Amino acid sequence: MSFVGPIGRNRDGSFKLRLGPQERELLRTLPGQLLELFGSADPSLRRLFPPAYTDDAEREAEYQRFMADDLEARHRAALEILANTADNPRLDEEELTAWMGALNDLRLVLGTRIDVQEDMVDIDDDDPNAPALHLYGYLTYLQSEVIDALASGL
Amino acid sequence: MTAPMPVETERPDVDEVVEPDRPWLVIVWNDPINLMSYVAFVFQKLFGYSKEKANKLMMDVHLKGRAVVSSGTRERAELDVFRLHEHGLWATMEQSS
Repeated sequence: MSFVGPIGRNRDGSFKLRLGPQERELLRTLPGQLLELFGSADPSLRRLFPPAYTDDAEREAEYQRFMADDLEARHRAALEILANTADNPRLDEEELTAWMGALNDLRLVLGTRIDVQEDMVDIDDDDPNAPALHLYGYLTYLQSEVIDALASGL
Repeated sequence: MTAPMPVETERPDVDEVVEPDRPWLVIVWNDPINLMSYVAFVFQKLFGYSKEKANKLMMDVHLKGRAVVSSGTRERAELDVFRLHEHGLWATMEQSS
């Protein structure tokens, strides 16, 4: 018996998705929940929009003036692709690359919100953050599988 | 054949001190969220680095807390920082001293 992962590479270079209906529902709805926060001052967004210059306020302001909208648009595009293709049986490489970025964006915001640390121990189900930690763990697992699938083509 | 006429050259203005173009460094910082495999993958994808070089830079970020991943003009560094931010990495830039 061999373990079959959630993402497989087809001979034509596309990727086959083996995901359950609950997983697909999650991937369809989470991006919209994150996009609702865009433009707000929610501090859990800070990892998506970091500063470029940390020691020069003037240059940082100029950088943000020219780049901030583009950066938001790039994050938005990846999240929309994830939501719009969550029910697809297969993805092309560009779509799966967008999944990788969108899953990372979701992890960055969720991980910032629950303040995850580098060495995660087992989740204590009495912890009020337990549901968020389980979700974070699932997104980490799936993103890791996406990276492996994409890296196999490098 | 003739010898070139002597040309009066402009003498450099010694009062004008031109600061040498010190390169800008793009730095990626360690964080507890980005996966090691993801960071190495992004370095390969964005900069065309070999797997070995990308892994070494990723390990430098992981163990030393930061690594210089590219350098060049200010414009080039800004573009690299933007692409790293697009991929969710924690990148900043500073001029080398």
